[in-house]
Order: sequence, then structure tokens, then C-alpha cells
Amino acid sequence: MKKNMLLDVKNLTKLYTSGYIRTVEVIGSKNVSFDIKKGEIFCLVGESGSGKTTVGNIILRLIKPNSGKVLLNGKDAFSYDKRVYWKKVQAVFQDPYSSFNFFYNVDKPLNDAFDLLETSPSKDGRKKIIRSTLEKIGMNPDEIIGRYPHQLSGGQMQRLLIARSLIIHPNLLVADELTSMIDASTRVAVLNELLRLKKNEKMSVLFITHDLAQAYFIGDRIAIMRKGEIVERGPIERVIFNPKHPYTKNLVASVPPLHEKWKL
Amino acid sequence: MNKTFLQVKDLKGYYRGTFGVVHAVDGVSLEISEGERIGIAGESGCGKSTFAQLITGTTTPLLHYESGEVKVNGFDIWKISPEKLRKDVKCKLISYVPQAMLNSLNPVLKVKEFIADMLKERTGRKHSVKEAREMAAEHFEKLGLDKNVLDVYPHELSGGMTQRAITAISTLANPKLLITDEPTSALDVTSQKRMIELMIDIQRKKIIKSLICISHDLSALNQLCDRIIIMYGGKFVESGKADNVINNPLHPYTRALMDSLLPLERQTRNKSLKSIPGVVPDLRTPPPGCRFHTRCEKCMEICRSTEPPTIKKKGRNVNCWLYRRGRSK
Repeated sequence: MKKNMLLDVKNLTKLYTSGYIRTVEVIGSKNVSFDIKKGEIFCLVGESGSGKTTVGNIILRLIKPNSGKVLLNGKDAFSYDKRVYWKKVQAVFQDPYSSFNFFYNVDKPLNDAFDLLETSPSKDGRKKIIRSTLEKIGMNPDEIIGRYPHQLSGGQMQRLLIARSLIIHPNLLVADELTSMIDASTRVAVLNELLRLKKNEKMSVLFITHDLAQAYFIGDRIAIMRKGEIVERGPIERVIFNPKHPYTKNLVASVPPLHEKWKL
Repeated sequence: MNKTFLQVKDLKGYYRGTFGVVHAVDGVSLEISEGERIGIAGESGCGKSTFAQLITGTTTPLLHYESGEVKVNGFDIWKISPEKLRKDVKCKLISYVPQAMLNSLNPVLKVKEFIADMLKERTGRKHSVKEAREMAAEHFEKLGLDKNVLDVYPHELSGGMTQRAITAISTLANPKLLITDEPTSALDVTSQKRMIELMIDIQRKKIIKSLICISHDLSALNQLCDRIIIMYGGKFVESGKADNVINNPLHPYTRALMDSLLPLERQTRNKSLKSIPGVVPDLRTPPPGCRFHTRCEKCMEICRSTEPPTIKKKGRNVNCWLYRRGRSK
């Protein structure tokens, strides 16, 4: 095993079955293999139903694969104690509005994050850490602490969730369609946050998206998924501007360019 | 010069409820001539969809028409009776495809039965399913869509196919103007492209004359539209030819919006992009003066107190004090 390897996914296959007598099987993912290095942003791109989220959920240990392995630091992910595993792997999901409990103010998830740590600081210590973390990601703590979810914008909430994972300081952050619910004008702030995490904290990110442009902006390497299988992978520059697989070619050609016009 | 088809003058529409009065569309004027494709863009909460509801007369509860006029081919749609509006204007002159269109097919009817139902409503006489299917099949064929869609239930269709089918169904009666709200935003990139191609095709084949497309995706609008209007805080801030607005934005808001976009182009990689600071203003208490001044980099004294006039500059309309006469910039 290479030294700077963080996550190794080997031949992951997941079948969703439904029905008891006449069982119907749907392929979630099929023989998916890739690896993520330390301090790297790896993008998983595909259309809806291509199995990107299935792979993300298996890596998060939310569902079990039918076959195949996920190795974190060379050790099988499913052999870790859950608490230890989730200290190393954290997630930010698509919908910020359902990630918060709207009866509590937004500090609660941040405070709860400390429970995952082995040595939890005192109440004042927690407050201090929360304030400094919020400042670190460029948010004004006075504007955030004590507020309720409906008082914040989607972009602010997503950044708060990133702040939450900063407190836990995982090795890998799984960002599943992080920006698809928030406005274009604030999307960039969230993406810049991920880039800063990678640079300053050396955190690895699995960036799951359907948007090639975002993947290109942020990623180092990319894998294109279709119907549960990876059809093309490689450095992002090569895959997007010199695609080999016909499906990738079609995908890249479908993204509307901003400064040129299609001949329609 | 093409003749003007839709004329909107100083249109105002507010949401009224226990939460107060939301000035969602606040004094908007627009003229559309036949053959134009127009795109309206802006952040969420800027009043784009409200504007579409107001010009088609399909207001949702709490949204109230306040003042102004909307003239479609001589009909002032807020003066005529709702019955006349439904019979003579909707679907025949204007067709409106709302945002949550994926839910607008009837889940317990096959698509062709749904069309027969709709035709009965529109023409006032009963159509057999067979007749409706023939009519729709002809229309679908013209647009290069799969006719088999008509024989299935909505849940059997994919999102992209449903969207294309609904757009085709809404143009069955050859309306002059089609208004679509976020037609591409719930779709994958490949379906998005086909949707854009379909809308251009509908216009080329003379089924509709003009198109208004509301979207937050400026790169898709640039492919589809000739003219782009940027909306902010219930008002139009800039309008002009699509190329000009995108390649040389004048209003600070348009510039900020363009800076935050992520097109798939070589130069965007690792380029530092800026997001627009702050949030869209609460339209219950819209800021005085220019509505963008709270987030504007180039905010001046006058912006805080007085609303900017519409200024014509380089063939475009801009609502910004930066371009008032006597100021070079």
C-alpha cells in the first residue's frame, strides 16, 4: 500500500432488491474501484441514477455493499468501531434545510460535534473553539451564534456544516451534492471553503456532483459514473478536455458554454 | 419592425398575509414583440416566478395583483373576467409552464387521457381519447418526440421526458407566447441540452411566436434567448441583447452575478471566484433607493436615498446611478 493513500475502494457492488416472491434487483453500483490520496479532492460525477450517492453512502457506512471492500488507512472500514470511523469520515449532504433541527438554534449541531471527540473541552472551551472555527471559515460568529435555521441562508447553513466537520477534523469529507440546493451567487463561497480545507488542513474530499463545471473548478481527479459503473477516470484536466469514452464526450458537450453559442 | 405582442406597464404584485406585505414585483415594464426569445435571470427570491404568474393571470393564494397593466393582443388580462381569461387567453394566446411541472400530469391517467381531458376544457366539447391521441401524436411527431409517451402513465417517464412532453402538450393549441419557469434546472446536463433544443425547435417550426424563459442559469439562457433581463429585488435592473449582457455587463449586480458563475471553461480552474456578499433583501421592507445598494461595491450617497432611473446605454436599459448623464464611466 502506498504511503499517501487514504481511502481505497475495491470492486464495490451494491444491488438493491425489492419484493419477496418475485425479487427485482436494481444495480446501485457495480465493480466500482478508486482511491483517494491524502489532501486530494476526488470528484464523482454522473447523471441522476448513476450510483454516485450509493458509493458515497457505502463509504459513510450508511449502507452495506453486497461485495467489495472499502479500506481506510489500509484497514477495512466495516471493522472499525463506528465512533472511531465517523471521527475519521464525515459528511455534508445536499439539503441544508433538512440537516438542521429547526426547533434548536444552529449552535447545537456544532456543540454536539464535541461529543464525538475523546477529550471534550469545557463549556467555555467549546464556545471559544466554535467562535474561532467560524472565524476561520470567514463567518462572523456574532451573526451566527444563537440564530435559528430559518434566519440563515442555504449557503450559510452549508458552511456551518463544513465548520462542524472542521471541529471533528476528519481525514475524509464526503460532500454529496453540496451546492445543488443553494443559489449560484453563494455557491462559490462554499466551494472556496472546500479548497481552503484542502490547502490548510490537508483534508481529503470526495466531491459527489452532477455538475461538471463545479467538478472542474474544484477537483484534482475525477471519475465519471454511468449506470453504476465507472466509465472513465483520470486527472481532471485530461478527462474534461480530452475525454476518451463516448459517454464522457457527450456529457462534456452538453454543458452550455457561457461565452460561445451552440449552433442550433 | 415586428408588432408588439405583450405589453406590461408598471406592474405591481404583492404577497399579503399575516407576515406582512412582500413587494415581490414592484413596478416592472416590458414589451415583447413577435419572434423574440427572452430570458429572465436573477437569484432566488427576486420575483422572477411571481412576475410570470402575474403576466399569465395564474396567481397563487396570497399573491395579489396591485396595479399596472398587462396587455396581450389587446386583452388587458387583469380587467377581463377570469372566465374569459381562461377561455380566450390561456393556452390560445399564452401558455404557462410552471416550475413544479413534473407534478402537473395526472398520475392516475395515461398521458393521452390527460390530453383528452385538457382539450375538453379548452374547446368546450368532448374529445374521444383516440381523437386526442391522434392530435397529440401529430404534434409530437412534428417536434421529433417519441409518440409512445402518450400511451403510458406519468410515473413511467423519466424527468427529462416528462418535461419535454409537458412543454409539447402546453403548445398543442399553438399559443403565441410560451412562458416556462425553470425548464432546465431539475434536469441532468444531457436532458438540459435536449430541452433547450426542443424550445428553439418549437419556435422555429412556428408553433409559438415568442418565448419567455425564467432561469437562474445564465449559460443556458445565453444559448436559448436573444434578450436577457436581469431581475433583482422585484425590479428589472438590466436588459439587453444576450451577448452584450453576458460579455459586457453594466449593472454592478449583473457583474457580481457573472463573477460568481462557474462555466466549464479552461480559465475558471483555480481562478478565485467571488460570491455576492450578503443576502437578497427582505422584500417586506425593501431598502430605500436602489435595492441593490446594501450589497453593492460601488454604492454612492445617492443610491441610498433615491431610486435610479432607467438609463439607455449601448442599446441596453440599465437602472443604475453610475450611468446617469454627465458621468463618464
